[in-house]
Amino acid sequence: MAILVISEHDNAALKPSTLNTVKAASEIGGEIDLLIVGSGCSAVADSAAKVAGIRKVLVADNAAYDHEIAENVAALVIELAPGYSHLLAPATTNGKNFMPRVAALLDVGQISDIIKVESPDTFVRPIYAGNAIATVQSLDDTKVITVRTTAFDAVAEEGGSATVESLSQVKDLGLSRLISEDMAVSDRPELTAARVVISGGRGMASKENFELLEKVADKLGAAIGASRAAVDAGFVPNDMQVGQTGKIVAPELYIAVGISGAIQHLAGMKDSKVIVAINKDEDAPIFQVADYGLVADLFEAVPELEKSL
Amino acid sequence: MKVLVTVKRVIDYNVKVRVMSDNSDVDLKNVKMAVNPFCEIAVEQAVRMKESGLATEVVVVSMGPATAQEQLRTALAMGADRAILVQSDEALESLTVAKILAKIVEEEQPGLVLMGKQSIDTDNNQTGQMLSALTGMSQGAFASAIESDGDQLKVTREVDGGLQTLSIKLPAVVTVDLRMNEPRYASLPNIMKAKKKPLDTKTPADYGVSVKAHSKVLRVEPPAERQAGIKVGSVAELVDKLKNEAKVI
Ligand SMILES: Cc1cc2nc3c(=O)[nH]c(=O)nc-3n(C[C@H](O)[C@H](O)[C@H](O)COP(=O)(O)OP(=O)(O)OC[C@H]3O[C@@H](n4cnc5c(N)ncnc54)[C@H](O)[C@@H]3O)c2cc1C
Repeated sequence: MAILVISEHDNAALKPSTLNTVKAASEIGGEIDLLIVGSGCSAVADSAAKVAGIRKVLVADNAAYDHEIAENVAALVIELAPGYSHLLAPATTNGKNFMPRVAALLDVGQISDIIKVESPDTFVRPIYAGNAIATVQSLDDTKVITVRTTAFDAVAEEGGSATVESLSQVKDLGLSRLISEDMAVSDRPELTAARVVISGGRGMASKENFELLEKVADKLGAAIGASRAAVDAGFVPNDMQVGQTGKIVAPELYIAVGISGAIQHLAGMKDSKVIVAINKDEDAPIFQVADYGLVADLFEAVPELEKSL
Repeated sequence: MKVLVTVKRVIDYNVKVRVMSDNSDVDLKNVKMAVNPFCEIAVEQAVRMKESGLATEVVVVSMGPATAQEQLRTALAMGADRAILVQSDEALESLTVAKILAKIVEEEQPGLVLMGKQSIDTDNNQTGQMLSALTGMSQGAFASAIESDGDQLKVTREVDGGLQTLSIKLPAVVTVDLRMNEPRYASLPNIMKAKKKPLDTKTPADYGVSVKAHSKVLRVEPPAERQAGIKVGSVAELVDKLKNEAKVI
């Protein structure tokens, strides 16, 4: 049995979500190969070869794979598939983009967003925004799986010595072309991998007021998140949305400020270790999941919190 | 250009689901059902395209039990022209749905298929991508805006790092994210009119697709409950608890 993990990277470095996905693969058991698809991504290959527990690193480095256009990536992965019993990718927007194509082209189902491996063919995954947990057995020969990265620890970045193999296949279906990218630049830790996350909701009332959270985040080394209402209102960009349809986070400490606690928001953060809620409405549902609730006006409480850190 | 839109009947997003005591599934008896919110946005986008002259016809498709007619009628009341129900009492897996849709695409020859990026019941986020792969149509997943541009479509996608804009060839499959638009409420006269719009009922067999199981649900359980926490009286108390009790700062 061998498993192919399709890595998440930015052509310069591996993303932590790859390490969590390798961990899920190791729980399935068997040899693990890591595929790197990108353009100008050789530096990634070198560090990938050091990741603990990897047999072989496969590198497809070509302009056709720039921005990881789903059609091209999937076409490559299905060619490699015959050597593997399982294909795994992190359930990032990138993994979710190409992986269902891989499944369809192999005529198998995709098991999305697994949070636990029960056996090589049986996996646990949340459904209904995490309000129910399903245990699902795959009946297909090749298992195509995306992994909820917060549910698996990262494997060690160092300690392995995999061989690196370049792939010569170039798959360019010519269907899509990048026009522009508007990517967030931030010195803060990545939202999905941060130890502390502080999120603001509609209660923040404006874009400018998010500065209050930034000051706290500076002191705690935290990432900043938001509810959908805050994104929809234009306070912050979409990449900060936490929830059923945004990012899933599970930090050591999650601080929800001016967020009511709708089930769609809870779906993205209720596996955090410690949850703090600051809300002026003592009946807000967020208090039902908070370890520490503070009923207060955020415009007083947040500056005071910042000063006392 | 003809636009095909998919519509799924799911539990209303405001309803909290309960797991059945035999752990076989969630309990959907006597629960309010609705159009999957993402599908509703796809319908709205198609209707706007028709209103602005970009689309000539809007065809909505649903797969599911006979009661899914209600969701198709909702889409017709929003402004779609006709509907197809592929009736099945068995739950259809995404790949089967994509295979049936591929046949409908072959028959209808739409220039664009608009779908929700995920359904809020199974949260799979896969059917649109599967349809694109099976038909060879280009793919624009998680779109928050689309703009037509001759035989291409400009698609702005919500991705983990921010926004990405692609130019994709038509025909295409686009799956929509929440921020694409705000769906309208159907007016009473339009709800009445929708009752007379054509709705064809078919079966998976009509499309020559056999319903195959690729997975089996062994158990459905409620999630672990969080222990109820405490209310603190002040910021000072909060900081003290975080430092000395939870030890997270
Ligand atoms: C299909 C679907 C998917 C969705 N996906 C997501 C998702 O991924 N993520 C997400 O977050 N939402 C999602 N939502 C939206 C979700 O249902 C809620 O609408 C949203 O989470 C509400 O955001 P909020 O808590 O910021 O706003 P509100 O519910 O309006 O709450 C604002 C809170 O701020 C408090 N407040 C106001 N002023 C102050 C003040 N001065 N001091 C202290 N507290 C104050 C109020 O008491 C209130 O509790 C989704 C909805 C649908 C239908």
